[in-house]
Amino acid sequence: MSDHAIALTVNGRQFTEQVEARLTLGDFLREKLGYTGVHMACEHGVCGACTVVVDGLAVRSCLMFAVQADGAEITTVEGVAAPDGTLNPVQQAMRECHALQCGFCTPGVVMTLTSLTEGGNKPDEKTLLQAMSGHLCRCTGYQGIRKAIKQLAAGETA
Amino acid sequence: MKPAPFDYVVPATIEEALEHLDRGAGDATILAGGQTLMPLLALRMSTPGIIIDINRIPELQGLSRGEGATRMAPMTRQNVALASSDLATALPMLTRALSHVGHFQTRNRGTVGGSISLGEPAAELPATAVALGAEIEAHSLNGSRRIPAEEFYIGPYATVLEPDELVTAIHFPDWAKGSITVFHEVARRPGDFALVGLVGAITLDQGRIARVGLAWFGMGPTPIKSAQAEAALMGQDPASIDWKELAAMAVSETDPFEDHSASADYRRSVGRSIFARTLPGALNQGAKA
Ligand code: FES
Ligand code: FES
Repeated sequence: MSDHAIALTVNGRQFTEQVEARLTLGDFLREKLGYTGVHMACEHGVCGACTVVVDGLAVRSCLMFAVQADGAEITTVEGVAAPDGTLNPVQQAMRECHALQCGFCTPGVVMTLTSLTEGGNKPDEKTLLQAMSGHLCRCTGYQGIRKAIKQLAAGETA
Repeated sequence: MKPAPFDYVVPATIEEALEHLDRGAGDATILAGGQTLMPLLALRMSTPGIIIDINRIPELQGLSRGEGATRMAPMTRQNVALASSDLATALPMLTRALSHVGHFQTRNRGTVGGSISLGEPAAELPATAVALGAEIEAHSLNGSRRIPAEEFYIGPYATVLEPDELVTAIHFPDWAKGSITVFHEVARRPGDFALVGLVGAITLDQGRIARVGLAWFGMGPTPIKSAQAEAALMGQDPASIDWKELAAMAVSETDPFEDHSASADYRRSVGRSIFARTLPGALNQGAKA
């Protein structure tokens, strides 16, 4: 059972921490750093609630160890809105289209869609919808999510 | 849902990884993309004493085209392989199979070699390696060998790999330009493991089948090469084939299991339908293209 020192950036802030090897990235972000927007549900890769962006790519934070994120740049849902609280285009579209109910699956959905649409990328609706196969919404609020994706793909919010 | 404690090492070279494997003597597990291993750890179905993380070994990344084959380094991420236009041109069958592996988010970390070395019987990539005639290259401190994919799998999550061996490359032989992709998967949701899947390639020469590779997934304890059906197809004119009869023969080569989502009979019945539908469909499209 080994412990490891890691240094990483989360939402632009630098952290140096000591972690047990078996600690998942998701548990680390929530419990050690307090980013409770990272929602842990199934904890074995099925639901997508725990999705965060690691070095630009949306990944499941329950399927990666914190120690593997040494040197990485991570964004959680806490890091996507502007500092003054202005929502990012994904959050804005989801808000306008009522794309969340209880909100448990929401941070994961936001992170997948943000990773795909950031930096001027304009994937089509089909690409965005296909990426949604990696998320379960227990409230089954899929129609709202689909609507938000349609709006995002059409570029009506930006 | 928390993994049991283990020691973690992160080698920087293949040599170092092999030393760890050797020292680990059966108690060590390789961590590639983790998209299958991590759930097994979380469920404590796997409780290794040492985890060897091979994510920081540069030599294990990337794919390259060589003489008559595509060499896939095992840590090539599934999404990277899927986006490769070189691969889509050389081996469209593999690109097609990759698009069905897991979800977008798991393909960002999941690796081609990880999936192939683990040998989940319902996964797409092990069967694709078998169908296309790939060879798996493995290294240990004592040397290296190349294992044909069809001899690699011996049971669910069981392969002929020795505890001290590491997969260092997968070699996919070229298929002639214009070869036809065979792919059909029946799953409960997109991204789930298959209930039944069929993958392969067919090359036509002057209207006759000159080369064919077919394998099933989700139809037994390992991916299953459809050797009899392949032999029966060789040299044939697709127009004169009795597909129903051939589908029955192909399914008789499988050994499906029963689980909570389907009975063995259901799997056989689905297997027959998709075989009899997918092959003529693919050949028709191929003939038009
Ligand atoms: S908590 Fe990670 S996928 Fe469900
Ligand atoms: S909004 Fe409740 S789980 Fe999706």
